[in-house]
Amino acid sequence: MSEGIGARVKRKEDKRFLTGKGKYTDDVRMENQAYAAFVRSHHAHAKLTGLDTSVAERMPGVIAVLDGQEMTADGIGSIICGWAITSKDGSPMNMGTWRPLADDKVRYVGDAVAVVIAESPGEARAAAEKVEATFELLPAVAATDETLNPGAPQVHENAPGNLIYDWELGDAGATDTALAGSAHVTEIELTNNRVSPNPMEPRSAVATYDEAEDHYTLYTTSQNPHVARLVLSAFYQVAPEHKLRVIAPDVGGGFGAKIYIYPEEITCLWASMKTKRSVKWTSDRNEAFMTDAHGRDHVTTAKMGFDASGKITGFKVDTIANLGAYMSLFSSAVPTYLYATLLSGQYNMPNIHCNVRAAYTNTAPVDAYRGAGRPEASYLIERIMEKAARELGMDPADLRRKNFIQSFPHETPVIMTYDAGDFDGNMDKAQAAADVAGFPARKAEAASRGKLRGLGYSCYIEACGLAPSKAVGSLGAGVGLWESAEVRMNPVGTIEILTGSHSHGQGHETTFAQIVADRFGVPLDSVKIVHGDTDQVQFGMGTYGSRSGAVGMSAIAKAMDKVEAKIKKIAAHQLEASEDDIVIEGGEVKVAGTDKKMLWHEVGLAAYTAHNLPEGMEPGLKEGAFYDPVNFTFPSGTYIAEVEIDPETGTVEICQFTAADDFGTIINPMIVEGQVHGGVAQGIGQALLEEVVYDKQGHLMTGSYMDYTMPRADDLPFYTIEHNTTVCPNNPLGIKGCGEAGAIGSPPAIINAITDAIGTEDISMPATPQRVWAALRKGASDMAAE
Amino acid sequence: MTEISMTVNGKAVSRDVPDNTLLVDLLRETLRLTGTHVGCDTSQCGACVVHVDGKAAKACTLLAAQVSGSDVTTIEGVANGELHPMQSAFKDNHGLQCGFCTPGMIMSGIDMVNRYKAEGRELTEEAIRHELEGNICRCTGYHNIVKSIQAAAAKM
Amino acid sequence: MHQTTYHKASSAEDAAAKLGSAEDGMILAGGQTLLPTMKQRLAAPSDLVDLSGAGLSGISVDGNTLTIGAMTTHAEVASSADVQRVIPSLACLAAGIGDPAVRNRGTIGGSVANNDPAADYPAAMLGLGATIVTNSREIVAEDFFTGMFSTDLEEGEVITSVKVTAPERSAYAKFPNPASRYAMAGVFVAKSAGGVRVAVTGAGDDGVFRHEGLETALASDFSAGAVDAVPVSADSMLHDIHGDGAYRAQLVKVMAKRAVEAA
Repeated sequence: MSEGIGARVKRKEDKRFLTGKGKYTDDVRMENQAYAAFVRSHHAHAKLTGLDTSVAERMPGVIAVLDGQEMTADGIGSIICGWAITSKDGSPMNMGTWRPLADDKVRYVGDAVAVVIAESPGEARAAAEKVEATFELLPAVAATDETLNPGAPQVHENAPGNLIYDWELGDAGATDTALAGSAHVTEIELTNNRVSPNPMEPRSAVATYDEAEDHYTLYTTSQNPHVARLVLSAFYQVAPEHKLRVIAPDVGGGFGAKIYIYPEEITCLWASMKTKRSVKWTSDRNEAFMTDAHGRDHVTTAKMGFDASGKITGFKVDTIANLGAYMSLFSSAVPTYLYATLLSGQYNMPNIHCNVRAAYTNTAPVDAYRGAGRPEASYLIERIMEKAARELGMDPADLRRKNFIQSFPHETPVIMTYDAGDFDGNMDKAQAAADVAGFPARKAEAASRGKLRGLGYSCYIEACGLAPSKAVGSLGAGVGLWESAEVRMNPVGTIEILTGSHSHGQGHETTFAQIVADRFGVPLDSVKIVHGDTDQVQFGMGTYGSRSGAVGMSAIAKAMDKVEAKIKKIAAHQLEASEDDIVIEGGEVKVAGTDKKMLWHEVGLAAYTAHNLPEGMEPGLKEGAFYDPVNFTFPSGTYIAEVEIDPETGTVEICQFTAADDFGTIINPMIVEGQVHGGVAQGIGQALLEEVVYDKQGHLMTGSYMDYTMPRADDLPFYTIEHNTTVCPNNPLGIKGCGEAGAIGSPPAIINAITDAIGTEDISMPATPQRVWAALRKGASDMAAE
Repeated sequence: MTEISMTVNGKAVSRDVPDNTLLVDLLRETLRLTGTHVGCDTSQCGACVVHVDGKAAKACTLLAAQVSGSDVTTIEGVANGELHPMQSAFKDNHGLQCGFCTPGMIMSGIDMVNRYKAEGRELTEEAIRHELEGNICRCTGYHNIVKSIQAAAAKM
Repeated sequence: MHQTTYHKASSAEDAAAKLGSAEDGMILAGGQTLLPTMKQRLAAPSDLVDLSGAGLSGISVDGNTLTIGAMTTHAEVASSADVQRVIPSLACLAAGIGDPAVRNRGTIGGSVANNDPAADYPAAMLGLGATIVTNSREIVAEDFFTGMFSTDLEEGEVITSVKVTAPERSAYAKFPNPASRYAMAGVFVAKSAGGVRVAVTGAGDDGVFRHEGLETALASDFSAGAVDAVPVSADSMLHDIHGDGAYRAQLVKVMAKRAVEAA
């Protein structure tokens, strides 16, 4: 089966991208198109006291200048967070109001107060600069570890002390007792740095209002166009769902940033109705840094206890999560149900307690970014494990192996049930591929060149395949996280798959077709994947949380089951055989053990001509399915990083990076490896290079690639990728998911390698040359003082 | 307004454009060659790389007027009936995911291979990584981009 | 970008005349810094005078002196057999400016005139004791660079070339800013009969400067070891999110050592 499951099929979608024929949102041009430019606050926190648009309105090309008060008056709703978290005292989370265009207060640099619609982008921008917004400045707070302090400036009136929720998971008393009785307790304080997702295609929207039909069309850079339509309709009151078509065409990367429905898309839709023009907005990179939801931004203290043999007794975690100035769509779930639930890692931990306080600050909203909560968990677990091993004088791999979960299913103290895994196997494969045995010699050789060489481990586990709807519903989710698919077999035997998943680099047009080719033995070229358009695809929850394989493909498999059953019925009828004897092989429908068969297209034709179908059967060959997972899936892996540090400059070079992952069934190894490469690169970026920096007053210091360090080709190595497969028992294809693993597993491996090399744990991400040099210098002076 | 005339992908083009028109805007908005992309404001991401008189240039950092009289090749002009070896290598080596940086990567890749060949220098892995300083990709971690350029260099 | 009026100059004199009649004109050399600045609306010249047709490109050699036309691109300097032979450190420095696409358009004249505090060429000009030639005079590098983004150029004055004479030995070592890839500390070291010059870019809080302490130490002992004993003060160093003064001072020393080793 050269094109089926497991085949390294080249991507069907590549040609258009390679020849410049991809169609991204900014490539869309509507008739009568105008352009939006936003008037944004340069202040982190201020009361909007006046807005003078008179000069701007008279500027060349200006069609309209619209503000927040008009938008509020038109009934456009406030932006919502879709996951309700309940504090440990039973109180609901404190969600402040987020207006798409601020009509009262601005709460972060980039908060929009008005929009100019003009005939050209240049005219819109020139006029936006002439809108005179006057502000009464308010004190601002930006830092995660300051915003909950008494007396900190208040971001939202209804969130006293800037506290959104104070939430816990696990058994505090049992964990405290376990720690008190431990032979050894390792403590750590960590910052998980704020990063910006930075898909290379900036966000963009083109909105068109059809007055005659009272209908809207929105082209936008979305990972989940149906969710966008749902939210725009149900919460923002832009238009009811049947009056709103959302199209996410080719999308240039998402990484979480394109899950959410932002003020700009809402505003473009509203402005298209106000101006009776198509309205386009395309972010520039500076706006992207200001307004795309950021990721991570935790400050955590933790303690892990061990018994005399090195077995974990308990893990106690206290985290402050900075959610920025407003609660973005999934923001509340990220530091809770996507974080604390994974704190058991790959280890038998009898007791875990995690307390999370989510807080407002005068910074851009923070939400899910590749990995979302799970990287924060794995960074914490894997750094504390490495630190503990050093304190205990144990080999870090041995300490991990001693604590690995060995049997499945395994129920953790933080509500997850791991279904399958082979953690020793992951470790074996990674250690062999990384030649761990040869490390001492490599370290000595590096030392002879004046370089400090270090090796670091990371054993991650994550939960993906989001998610069982009933389970997430009970935890506060506002939506179900199933997926839908429709399989259409045409009269000539070609197949169209309509999926609610959205591909923005993942290669769905190829891998989704592979599972069809695998099932029916039809050529890959005869299968077309349709996605990204609410008028074409029945429904869908979109692509995030590594869910397209485990959930999206499962929905397709389920729909294929139905198509297959109908094919068998038709063939049995026409071939005068029993349904049970019908087999589908190599694109033919046969009666087993005979030479009786129907060619593939003959089945399609039979279904649509309907001249000779079984009694009572409807014509046609098209089936839909909604698939709701029964559990999360649990990809896991061992990553090993080896670095060399130049002690004179603090520069960290990654000498080798080895990833041994267990993703369950792999549809296309080429694409899966590409996902690991990209995820690992983003994790390395977070570990070494990337950080969104605000000053104390909430001014953004990293507004462009001049100050925000994007990983470049010469920052990164070739990666060594290994697979260790245990099949997921809970979905039809045995898939676990691979999209986020690299970003989840790699940061602790890198930092553990650095701390191994420099001999101090006192380093935080990103481990920039300056920080590594300073840590070395501090280490040297501390040693001198002793 | 300034009158400009140039050759774009082998075709003569003449237009009257505002003086502040960037080459990338001329390509994308006037000529509707939307394969050349814009990914940053600071001339760093390289999604807009085209060839001007055979040399790589960032179309976001050139006025259309500056290149009047020049011969411009964009991603749309690279394939000649069939894919260019650099394009084929990106497909064969999975050197692209979302596709947004890809046009710039291909144009820079072709430029670097041509240059190294002309100068008789070996295009090593290290050299490719260094040469890609002005092209940012967020999807691939560069692994397969470097492999793609290595593969194309062997065939070009 | 704001509206502007584009002019193409046929010569340096023509450029000067066009600048003179503009309300707030600027020279457009390679545009690799100016155009991004204009796109971000941080500069809004009424007029742009493009020098690409002014005949200011090209490299000539006279003994051990190079004359490099102002519009010569970084790529041309980097790949010039003459530059590689006479002052290889200069070719090497040019090969490390920006990225390949930027090097194809960016020019030596534009870089020198802009005097970005993190640009590479100012260190070479100061380190080599270059002469900046304009349409009206010649200016030695010491007098030309007058602080961050500031030069001795007068209104309407146009750089036509730079003249550099080969030292006995020279090299440039740069530690790039991880994000921008501009120099966080770039040190150009040149040893001549007249002594040693050490020019530092990227690190100082007021643009390119010569480091007297390093020059004195290296004049008596041109070795990397000689750098170790020289105090490099953090006081007048830049301090930003990428590095504080102490780190930049350290980088200056390390880059000075590496440049001496490479020279």
